Amino acid sequence: MSLVGAELERQGISTVSIQLLRVAAERVRPPRTLLVPFRHGYPLGVPNDAAGQRAVIEAALKLLEDPALTPPVLVEYGPRVAG
Amino acid sequence: MGDLSEFSLRWRVFLKTYRWRRIDPLPWTPLRKPLAQCRVALVTSAAFSLPGQPRFDETMKGGDSSFREIPADVDVSTLVENHPSELFDHEAMHQDPNLVFPVDRLRELVEQGRIGSVAPRHLSFMGSITAPGRLVQEHAPRAARLLAQDGVDVALLVPV
Repeated sequence: MSLVGAELERQGISTVSIQLLRVAAERVRPPRTLLVPFRHGYPLGVPNDAAGQRAVIEAALKLLEDPALTPPVLVEYGPRVAG
Repeated sequence: MGDLSEFSLRWRVFLKTYRWRRIDPLPWTPLRKPLAQCRVALVTSAAFSLPGQPRFDETMKGGDSSFREIPADVDVSTLVENHPSELFDHEAMHQDPNLVFPVDRLRELVEQGRIGSVAPRHLSFMGSITAPGRLVQEHAPRAARLLAQDGVDVALLVPV
């Protein structure tokens, strides 16, 4: 799917990818990747955990907003702080 | 996670030796306006389709690289999934399709003013494409043109 993302970037659409596999992110090198610590099948964490899913999405969106980042961006998603 | 430890030895060897196609040169589109003004689309590789749309071809050698258009107002409980991979638990996304296609989360972000709007359509691919030639030459460019026509500023790519 990173190859789709690359095409979107070429068409002027900013992309950020959730990634479950470090080896894929490191070898394919999408423009912006949030590496999450979840199993395949669970890319945003826990089913029916809207807050947890929002937190992952928020972390991904932040990669788009940081002007200091340069491609390829690979950031690990940290554990959510309770409360 | 993030490593290969969740997989069997056979799959660990496959994934480690697989010739991943590097994106080179690397395209880069910086955000041109605040997210609160951006139109956001989802691209999932969960092989979701709508009832009535053709299912993904699970038998195609190298993988079916076509995609399905999912309208923004979709009720996620109606989505049909036929991803052929045995590498992951499919039950979680059946329980909660937002886990791999978080359109309800995007709607919430619009309500909160965090993003500007949800794109009128999203795209669903089938992951595990091992022969991406047709994806690169045909399907990905067509997908990108559709989202560009829709005025999409940002795409969130969610694997499975």
